[in-house]
Amino acid sequence: MALYDTRRVRNKVAVGLAVGATLFGLAWLVLILAVLLWEGFSGLSLRVFTEMTPPPGSAGGLLNPIMGSLVMTVIAVAIGTPLGMLAGTYMAEYGRYDRLTMIVRFINDILLSAPSIVIGLFVYEVMVAQMGHFSGWAGAVALAVIVIPVVVRTTEDMLILVPDTLREAAASIGLPRSLMIKKVAYRAARAGMITGVLLAVARISGETAPLLFTALNNQFWSSNMNAPMASLPVVIFQFALSPYKDWQELAWTGALIITLAVLALSITARSLAAQRKSS
Amino acid sequence: MNSVASFTVPTVNNAPINVEGLTEKISVRDLDFFYGDHRALKSINVPLYKGKVTAFIGPSGCGKSTLLRILNRMYDLYPNQRAAGHVRLDNDDILAPSQDLNLLRAKVGMVFQKPTPFPMTIYENIAFGIRLYEKLSKSDLDDRVKSALERAALWNEVKDKLGANGQSLSGGQQQRLCIARTVAVRPEVILFDEPCSALDPISTAKIEELIDELKDDYTIAIVTHNMQQAARVSDFTAFMYLGEMVEFDQTTKIFTNPTDRRTQDYITGRFG
Repeated sequence: MALYDTRRVRNKVAVGLAVGATLFGLAWLVLILAVLLWEGFSGLSLRVFTEMTPPPGSAGGLLNPIMGSLVMTVIAVAIGTPLGMLAGTYMAEYGRYDRLTMIVRFINDILLSAPSIVIGLFVYEVMVAQMGHFSGWAGAVALAVIVIPVVVRTTEDMLILVPDTLREAAASIGLPRSLMIKKVAYRAARAGMITGVLLAVARISGETAPLLFTALNNQFWSSNMNAPMASLPVVIFQFALSPYKDWQELAWTGALIITLAVLALSITARSLAAQRKSS
Repeated sequence: MNSVASFTVPTVNNAPINVEGLTEKISVRDLDFFYGDHRALKSINVPLYKGKVTAFIGPSGCGKSTLLRILNRMYDLYPNQRAAGHVRLDNDDILAPSQDLNLLRAKVGMVFQKPTPFPMTIYENIAFGIRLYEKLSKSDLDDRVKSALERAALWNEVKDKLGANGQSLSGGQQQRLCIARTVAVRPEVILFDEPCSALDPISTAKIEELIDELKDDYTIAIVTHNMQQAARVSDFTAFMYLGEMVEFDQTTKIFTNPTDRRTQDYITGRFG
């Protein structure tokens, strides 16, 4: 019985440590969210969504950075999604056993974990320095470079999860491979692939570093993609570091808006993934 | 019911057949097959007679599924798999590098162990394959879908829910949907790879009945682990062991008076 008792004690200690570690981690997260909600909601008003960023000391909102973030995110996804999906399709369907696929997968994994500031500097070199000015396009391209590896990875993973029996069944009625992919594999993997795109959007919506070097910022309304463009993360960065109380308040509100948007995306992605499992 | 455990030989319903009048729809001669360096099939010779059902039996790993997957070049989907020898469909060389695999597979259909309906509606599961090769009006297509589902004895169960997802059907219904899908593209040969091993006894009985009806129009090959099933549905039986074709003969003969000792041991349940 002594052996059994020591095992029970050990088990209790191990469970205690695991629960403790979880609570420790969660506590910080709850603390951050609580402060964010407290500070962010107090500044939330209709004005935030209707007025431009103000000079210090006067009233204003976050309309231009919200629009800038939306526009650059949409363009980044529009560039990154087709590229990522096509590459992922090649890796999972056409070149599953090829050496090229192994190389692409390896490089893609590196890109997936590359510091985003490096991506910002890269786009600065190839676009901003060449064009001679910061621009919304450069910002969108930098974000697209972050989107691509996420979409490549999820597309490949989701297509590999499609059972080979389904591919064989498609082949067995004389379906060419291109149609098999389009009509059968994509359909079976659809929910997972959309989840991947949503996760990529969530990933880029909080990115600051790549935009600092590319889109920079713009205090005024601008829909010109060839000019510097405001974005929520960069405005938060600038306003939060400023000594002005009203700017700091707007930074909190901006952070809350991003957090809520990412939360909504994550919930959508998770519910889609759950659908995939249950179907 | 005969069972393997009691070491009794399954009963055979089919009367002896006069082989003289039969034509070979598919003929396999000196066929070798390799998974990488592993030789999985060794000099296989076997005919598939037109309008007849040929069963392939043998213990797991004997190569019977491998053989079936050569007949529609399914192995071509994977790397490092290679066949050598002669396999002819009528006078067409199945193994020829120039063989159009899509056309070949439209002629030599396949039904798999696990039901594999496509992630689309019941109607689309059938219509999909037809549209690949024929341009039909809506009403002609409707007729073809209906007749394929009737042929697979599924029409009465699904006629009111053709728009439902094919994957929402029961296992047995899914398998009949797959048979309907195969029949719809009007193949000449249908390969069944253990079609009932994932099904309950009632669904199994339905599929066996179906195979019996289909053989009037199609040449059929079936791989099965169930010897009673082989005895019930087939006209000819091939017994394979360790990649070799041990014995091929009329089912009646194989199950009553096999020539090879190993065949006798297998069908009486002494191994396998």
